Amino acid sequence: MSSTPSQTVGPFLAIGLPWDEGPVADPDGIRVYGRVLDGAGEPVPDALVETWQPEPATFARCATDDDGRWHVVVPRTPYVAVHVFARGLLRHLTTRICFDETTIPDTVPIDRRETLLPEEADDGYRFDIRIQGDRETVFFDV
Amino acid sequence: MTTYSGDPPYDFPDYKSTALRHPKQPLIQVGPERGGPALGHLRPGELCNDLTKDDPLGERITVTGRLLDSDGRPIADSLIEIWQANAAGRYRHKSDNWPAPLDPNFQGGGRAVTDSEGRYEFVTIKPGPYPWGNHDNAWRPAHIHFSLMGRTFDSRLVTQMYFPGDPLFAYDPIFNSVRDPKLRELMVSRFSMDTSQENWALAYEFDIVVDRMPWE
Repeated sequence: MSSTPSQTVGPFLAIGLPWDEGPVADPDGIRVYGRVLDGAGEPVPDALVETWQPEPATFARCATDDDGRWHVVVPRTPYVAVHVFARGLLRHLTTRICFDETTIPDTVPIDRRETLLPEEADDGYRFDIRIQGDRETVFFDV
Repeated sequence: MTTYSGDPPYDFPDYKSTALRHPKQPLIQVGPERGGPALGHLRPGELCNDLTKDDPLGERITVTGRLLDSDGRPIADSLIEIWQANAAGRYRHKSDNWPAPLDPNFQGGGRAVTDSEGRYEFVTIKPGPYPWGNHDNAWRPAHIHFSLMGRTFDSRLVTQMYFPGDPLFAYDPIFNSVRDPKLRELMVSRFSMDTSQENWALAYEFDIVVDRMPWE
């Protein structure tokens, strides 16, 4: 059977998808935060970031705010799988936050590997998602 | 597993918002992700599959169907989330500036979990079409946004359900971003007289198919 095609979440995803406890999957976990930015370097205020870790099975979800900011609180595992949804994205994008550099797939070009590495900060780890342009985040063919 | 060829392209100039929101670098091959959240157990917020509890204005409808994988097997205990405009085509959202009336009795979001046969049901009102700024005289066909968790993280899907025979189909770049007309039809619900309920609601049926597990 053919899969149902994807369509954009549109600008009003906040009516249906976020929930209050969505970003905090593990209260004892680490805080990972960042911004979603478009090809002009502008924040994307109508995006949604979802994270998944198989062990321990952990799912988190956070809509971006007016400045394109998102955050999740999740256990620290070698990497965190990420989906990004937004108005203007006809299908979501998939990337990884790699705490362990060895979890960067070999298929990723050397000069783009750094886009998958979170930056350690005082209040957690920063991971900006650049949909297009300078230092564009690596997205996977899933 | 590769991106399903029936999905729309990331770069689709007719839909102007894709211009600065599509990757220009090629997508990179990666192995399948292990497992995924069905969220049947997680129940984010309160599950409510009846969006008409407060008696909103509009045409009451039921939307029912099954969540299946691409082998045709039902996906049980999986979260389905919907959101939509009200009967006048207005969303309850601070960024919706279309001056159609808000309905104080309609919030516009719902959640359900599929049963053991992959079935779901929503009771809602038929959303209205509405204008948007994409091009001159641009109007979106009436639609309900659907979010599906599937079986795995890789089979995650967000789509839109349309209504049969909408005269706006020919003019909508988002609908037509799916290039194959047969695949576009998979996003159009079926009207069902058989399951419409006397003196209560018209019925639409919408089955959703997500990718099978890649390692099977």
